[in-house]
Formats: sequence, structure tokens, C-alpha cells
Amino acid sequence: MQGTTAEPIPSTLDRIRDQDFGYHEARHLLWRAGFGGTPRQIETLASWGPEKAVDHLIEVERVPYDKPDPNEFDPDIMRPPTAAEQAEAQMARRQRDEDSLARLRLLRQQRQRQDRRQMADIQRWWLERMIETPRPLEEKMTLFWHGLFATSYRTIENSYHMYQQNQFYRSHAIGSYKDLLFGLIRDPAMLAYLDNDDSRVGHPNENLAREIMELFSLGVGNYSERDIKEGARALTGYTFVDDEFSFNEKNHDKGSKSILGTRGNLNGEGFVGAILRQKACAEYIAARLYDEFALHMHALAPEDEPAVRRVTARLAGELRDADYNVRPVLRTLFLSKHFYHPRVVNNRIKSPAELVIGAVRSLNTPVRDMGVLLQAMDLMGQSLFYPPSVKGWLGGRTWINTSTIFVRQNLMNFLLTGKLPVGYDSAAREEKYDPTALLEPLAETDPAAARDPARVVDYLLRFTLGHPQEQAQGVLTEFVADHGNTIKPDVITGMLLLVAAMPEYQLC
Amino acid sequence: MHHNDASEARAWTRRELLGTGLIMASAAMTMPMFLQRSALALPNPASGPLPGVPEDRILVVVQLGGGNDGLNTVAPVGHDAYHSLRPAIHITPQQALMLDKRHADIGLHPALEGLKGLYDDGMLSLVQGVGYPNPNRSHFKSMDIWQTADTSGTGDGWLGRYCDSECCGYGAGESGTAPKTQGKTSYPPISIGNEAPLALQGRATKPVAFETPDLFRWTGEQIHESLVKPYAELVEREPDPNADAGSNAAFLMRTTLEAQISSDQIRKAVAARSLVDYPNSELGQQLGMIAKMIRAGLKTRVYYATMGGFDTHAGQGGANGRHANLLRQFGAAMRAFYADLKQQGNADRVLAMSFSEFGRRAAQNASGGTDHGTAAPMFLFGPMVNAGVMNPHPSLTDLDSGDLKYTVDFRTVYAAILENWMKADSTLVLEQRYKPAPVIRKA
Repeated sequence: MQGTTAEPIPSTLDRIRDQDFGYHEARHLLWRAGFGGTPRQIETLASWGPEKAVDHLIEVERVPYDKPDPNEFDPDIMRPPTAAEQAEAQMARRQRDEDSLARLRLLRQQRQRQDRRQMADIQRWWLERMIETPRPLEEKMTLFWHGLFATSYRTIENSYHMYQQNQFYRSHAIGSYKDLLFGLIRDPAMLAYLDNDDSRVGHPNENLAREIMELFSLGVGNYSERDIKEGARALTGYTFVDDEFSFNEKNHDKGSKSILGTRGNLNGEGFVGAILRQKACAEYIAARLYDEFALHMHALAPEDEPAVRRVTARLAGELRDADYNVRPVLRTLFLSKHFYHPRVVNNRIKSPAELVIGAVRSLNTPVRDMGVLLQAMDLMGQSLFYPPSVKGWLGGRTWINTSTIFVRQNLMNFLLTGKLPVGYDSAAREEKYDPTALLEPLAETDPAAARDPARVVDYLLRFTLGHPQEQAQGVLTEFVADHGNTIKPDVITGMLLLVAAMPEYQLC
Repeated sequence: MHHNDASEARAWTRRELLGTGLIMASAAMTMPMFLQRSALALPNPASGPLPGVPEDRILVVVQLGGGNDGLNTVAPVGHDAYHSLRPAIHITPQQALMLDKRHADIGLHPALEGLKGLYDDGMLSLVQGVGYPNPNRSHFKSMDIWQTADTSGTGDGWLGRYCDSECCGYGAGESGTAPKTQGKTSYPPISIGNEAPLALQGRATKPVAFETPDLFRWTGEQIHESLVKPYAELVEREPDPNADAGSNAAFLMRTTLEAQISSDQIRKAVAARSLVDYPNSELGQQLGMIAKMIRAGLKTRVYYATMGGFDTHAGQGGANGRHANLLRQFGAAMRAFYADLKQQGNADRVLAMSFSEFGRRAAQNASGGTDHGTAAPMFLFGPMVNAGVMNPHPSLTDLDSGDLKYTVDFRTVYAAILENWMKADSTLVLEQRYKPAPVIRKA
């Protein structure tokens, strides 16, 4: 954050005035409600004013884009064995037929290998979609739900279920949290991940009930151990067969339960309903949304805390009034003065997804090699479809340590030049990055400015860091001077390499 | 020779600065100039090791993530209740690796041959029934509790506070008092993996963390030589004096700078070959790297390795299967690590400790697995430990709603490590007095 401002951070959600929405604000909006924008996109949004700019990002249905194809991937790699196959395996076991058993084991291993390959393809597919989408907020919210309702392929080992879950999150991305929570207890990937698939009357498995309350809806302190035990009973029999939810009535506990003050013969829907009636639920989700789009809730400066608490309480009220529809809540946040306050702008540590996708989208670099990008994201701590735990990615400062900082810097080197930690990408020569397009808007307003090193440095810093950082201005101006004081493509790329290595580039 | 003058300090090159070692904090430092001065101060004998404090003692923490099933790790095979609680997954007395005759009721899981070997060599101490009051069964909360040594699970990490106390005298986390002892040097703890655990996060202490050492450097200097100087200027610049030292920007600046300084040293150390063959498991590879850093003489005193996968809710198996495979990896890696240290001649300097956020329920569940539980055994490794079984197994008939009652507070083990091994003030670090558990041999 640059210096101090006279105005303290607002504790209300009052609207930003049209005249206060310019390049700086549009840039901020594009980073937070998406993955950053090119200078031209920033200028376009700035010219539209806040209302139209926010609507463009949030009313994603107005922007045409293909829905993912359910047949894009093979649903049958990990299908359950057919009756005939089961009989064959049983026979082999009974007869101690070692040859058949070995063959069946080999087949199973082959399927698992094939499924892991498909998971890698799905990772690529999603990363590519996030890079290409004209609806960045839709993908960003899909990723948000994936982090909130975290499920890992490592545990469930079924790539198609992960793909299905991803479609489920996307179909409600900027929609109803309520629909998501009701859908969650019927989602095969989630049921498998939290071990509900063989939870049954008399032997309830508490994992799903616990994590729903602790991490997906209420937060610690807003339920009792008893609520978990009773919730687990309500969820008994909620399982899946192949790729579909299945309610196994015989395994369901039909006895009376008492969950969060709601009594009766509650089933899974009754359990979710009891949660949604809690005030704490909207508060928890509003805080998570605020954490994703405004400031990290765990790293608030003490002086910001009272205002942020009041703002999240207002957002929670709005979420309740909208019957858990997140769209109006995000709209209010994105249009608030609070959201554009200097304490909020450039004070979010980019997630690995934001860094990688944001660099490609805003600088318009070549994608080069999807495999390298995914590997780098893994090293930075964010592997899509493999969140580290049911808690998802903790975000904020936990992204940053002395090793991830190098991966972040080097990933930028790769995107800009094709340089790998060891050697170069073989395709780098053909895919030379052309940074000149970044300067076009500047050249259009003032052709002389695009040739003036001082003006170009100032323009690039405002675009990449959000402000003309003083020391960087000096260092970059000298860098240009050392290269004949002319703005050539390689010199622009050189400047971008330096800016991208700066600690401040990790912020958005 | 004095290097206190700022202008003289600037005359030192970055290369020379790196040559003085992996120095982080001497006082709560936020400024690169501070860092340079403390680094420069190192060759000055006056700021060297304090008399009587063994600067060369090392602690290696091995975290078993997910909640290791203590009852099948150290199996109470002599207790009838054990077998009836776990009909499908129990270890039989014939399968178990028996230890001490005075503790014939327990035996190690048959996959723990590596640990049995260390036990036979007098390098393993087993503490049973380790936990804490009002156990929390959430992975995250309980892990935070173990890592902060505080039952609220909040505040700085216990080893972060230890390193803070060495350099700056802090003892009370974020709300702590002003530094009382300044001028000592403290080296940042090193964690292998891409996450830096909470246990190592202090007020001034930030751990170095990396997964593979080749990625532990900036590649830009190989793109064009003209980038080198401006890069150094941008990364090693002093933060704006008006900027908020607690801001994300200041945090990023500190971390970036620390990364530059640790990079060269660590890469050099890890590039060497191991003296012994390590198992090809994640933990084996991590401990292999740690052994190389110890061999290279890094001044780091705390290392951290992590192994996951212990959340065995379903199909965990008994003497064979999923849990057995995990334990085999654990035992084999520990065995190789101490074989390596012995060959180096460093075994006497290195204490290792393993822990998990909780044990698991006494009874198996319907999925052939076990759910989150409470107390579990802890292991300490090295020639300096009080080898053997420290205490009796907790009761399997007197349970607390299906869970073991803890008999040893884990913080008494921490207190022993801090006080009897690292020679630190455990009350300052743990913010409360715990009587050290008798796990370290009196010198």
C-alpha cells in the first residue's frame, strides 16, 4: 500500500461515485473479479463506469461461452465392475487361480494409470478454460467453491467424479450457496472424499457432517459435538452408485434427531436445512467471500478490523435477504467505496492461479507449455483438483515462503522468455513474446509518449504494479538507458522480467 | 576489525555477504541493512557462541500428518480389549515386534523393523499415551495445537518461538514483550516441502522451505547479464521507511530477500551425494536432504520433515495393507537417516522427534478403518535419548467415550527437548512451566 490516506476505510457498503472510477479502479476490479486485464481491457472498463463494468463481469450469462461438454472425458475408466466381472474375480479368488488374479490386478492397475492420465488432462482443460474464458468471474468462483468445498483426487481416485463436481460448482458459480450445499450431500466426489459412502445406521461416519459444519457452512464454535453425531446419523445412507447419487434407505437412520435446535426424523436435507437457518451460516460464507475478493481475514491490520467486521456483517445480512444468492452480495461489494479503498487495493497476495492465469491474460504472453504451468502451480502450493486438505488452500501469506517466491519469479521468466529452471523450452524460439501490444493504448493517445522512456516506465508500472513505485522507476529508467535509451520489444520484455521479480508483483 | 559503519558495510559485496553464512535474525529485523550488519558481525568473536551453550545441537521434527493410528503403531497385544475392539485390523502377538520384557504387553507394528533396529541400538525412546486435555478431533485444530503448544491452537509456532528466544528473547508470541536479549544469532529453521509449517513460524523467525533445491534460485541471470544488477537493486532494496512493517508488501520484501541469501548455501549442500542409500519414499528423500545439509555444516539447528496419508478412515489393514505401508516407509527412512548420521560422525548431535496430530479411536469403524481419536505414542531418536519404553500403555478398558485417556502432556516432551537438549529456557518458549519428561539422558 502506498503511504497513508486521509480517509479511513469505510465501515459501510456505500457506493463508489462514478467520477471516482478510473483506470486504477478498473484495473483493481479486473484483478479481483477476474484474473487481471490488458491495458486496453482496463481502459474499456474504466470508460464504462462502475455499474456497467461490474455488470459485465458479474452477469456472465450475457457473455456467450460454451458450457463444458459432459462427454469431454471418459466416465467409465473407474466404473464399478459388472456382475460378470465380479463373479469372475470371486471365482478366481475361490479357486486360488493365481494367473487370473494376477491378470485382474494388472487390469486394475492399468485402469488406475489411465485415470491418473485423465486427471492430468482435466487439470489442463480447466487451466486452459480459466486462461481463455470471456467470463473470468465464473471460473474464479468455480475455483472459490473448489477451495471452500475442497475435495482431492488423491483420496477419491476417480477423475470423472472430480470433473462432475467441477461442472456442479460451475453451474452454481455465481448463484445460490443454498443449492450448492444441498447438492454437496449428493455429490459422488464429496461423498467419497469424506467417507460418507458407507456410512450407515448404527455405524455413522462423522467425517462429512463434521466438515460441513466446521469448514463448509458454520465455522468452529457454532455447533456442538452432539450436532455432528446427530448430523452424521441424518446423512447415513447417502451414497452413490457409479456416477450417480443414491439414497440407500436400508442404511439410513430413521430415528429422531436433534440438530442445531431442529428436531425430527431428519435426513440429509433436514440437516442442511437446519444449518441454513443459522445466522452463523451467512456470516461464515460472507466472510469467506470477503476474504476471497477483498482482504485476507486472517491477516487484517488491527486498525482495519472494526470496519471490516461491520462490512462483512452487512454482507451477511444481504446474503440472508437474498436467500443465499451470492450474486447481489458480490455486486454490492464490487460497487462499494470500501472495495476500492487504498487499504484494499494491491493488498492481496495473488494465489498461484491468479499469478499464472493473470500473467498470461494481462500481459498476453504465450501459454508455452500447460504442463510446466501446472507443475509450477503445484510447487507454489496450488494443484487444481488436489487441495492439500479438506480445509482447501489457506491463502494469503501462507502462499509465500522462500521457496515459492523463486518459483513465482521463475514462472514469470518462463512465460516471458521460455526460460526453464534448467535450459529453455524447445518451442521458445518460435513463440517469442511480443510485448508491444501493451503500449498500443499509450501510443494511440500520444505517439511520442510511447517512445519516451520515462513515460513508458511510468505507464508499465501503473499497469503491472498499480502504482509508479519510486525505486523501480529509477532502476528501470537506468535499464532502458543502458540499452540505447530506446523502447524496443526486448527492452520492454527486460523491464517486465524485472518488475515480475519484484516482491510487489505478488500483490494484486 | 569492526564493521559497524554503514558505509563500510556497503562496500561488502553480496558474494561476500553470502559467504558469511545463512544468517537471519539478530533482533527483529525488517531491513536489509540490519541483515547485512548482523551477517557482518558474525566473524567477530565477541558475538560467537555463548559459553556453555552447545551451538551444534540439532533437532529434526518428523510430522506424520492425518492422525497416525497409535494403537496399531505400538500395539497393546497383551490387552484382550485391543483384540476385541479391532477384530479385523488388530496386530497379533505373533506378528508384533516385541520390545522390553518389562513391557511385554506391547509390541511394534511388524512393518516397523526400521524402528526396531534403532531400538535395539539404544537410539529410540518411546513415550506412550501422549496427548493434551480436552482433545480436539479436527485435523487442523489439533495440528495447530501441537504446532503452537497451546490448547487454543493460536499464536506462533513453538519452534518459531524457540528461534525467537535465541535471537531476540521473545517468549509470548504476537503479544510478547520487547526483546530482552539481543545480539545472539539465530539461524532460520529449514522445512522440506512447499509448505512452511506453523511450528516454525515465529515473530521474527520465518523458516526456509523448499521442495527441490534446483528451483531454489532466480533464473533471470541466465536470460541476460544486463538483468543481474537491476534485479539485485530491486530485490535487495530497503523498504520505504514510511511503509507499514506489518503490511503484505513488507512481508513479501523480507521473504524475497531471505530467499536470495539462503539459496546459494543450501543448493551447494544438497548437491552432494548421500553417504547411504535412502528408501525412495517422500520421507526418505527429505531426510536424505537434511542429512546432507547437516554434513555440509549448515548452522541450522531445527529441520522439519513431513509425511502424510495417515488419515485411515477406511481399509487401513492390519499387519499388511495401507497403514503397514506407511509405517514401513517411516521406519525405513528413520533407520537410513541415523545410519547416514553415524557415518558422518554427526549422530551425537542430532535428536529427532516424531508426532501426529492425534491417534485414532480405540475401536475400528464399519469401513475397516479408524476415526479421529486422541492420545498416541511419540518417538524420540538419537544416541542422546533415554532409550526404551518410558511409561505404561494407557488403559483400553477405561476409555473416554471410546477414546484413550492421555497420560503424558506433549508439552512435557517439548520441555525436555528444549531444556535438556537445546539448552533453552522452556518456560520462556512454552509460556508456562512444564516438568520435562525424562526422555533425554543426563549428560
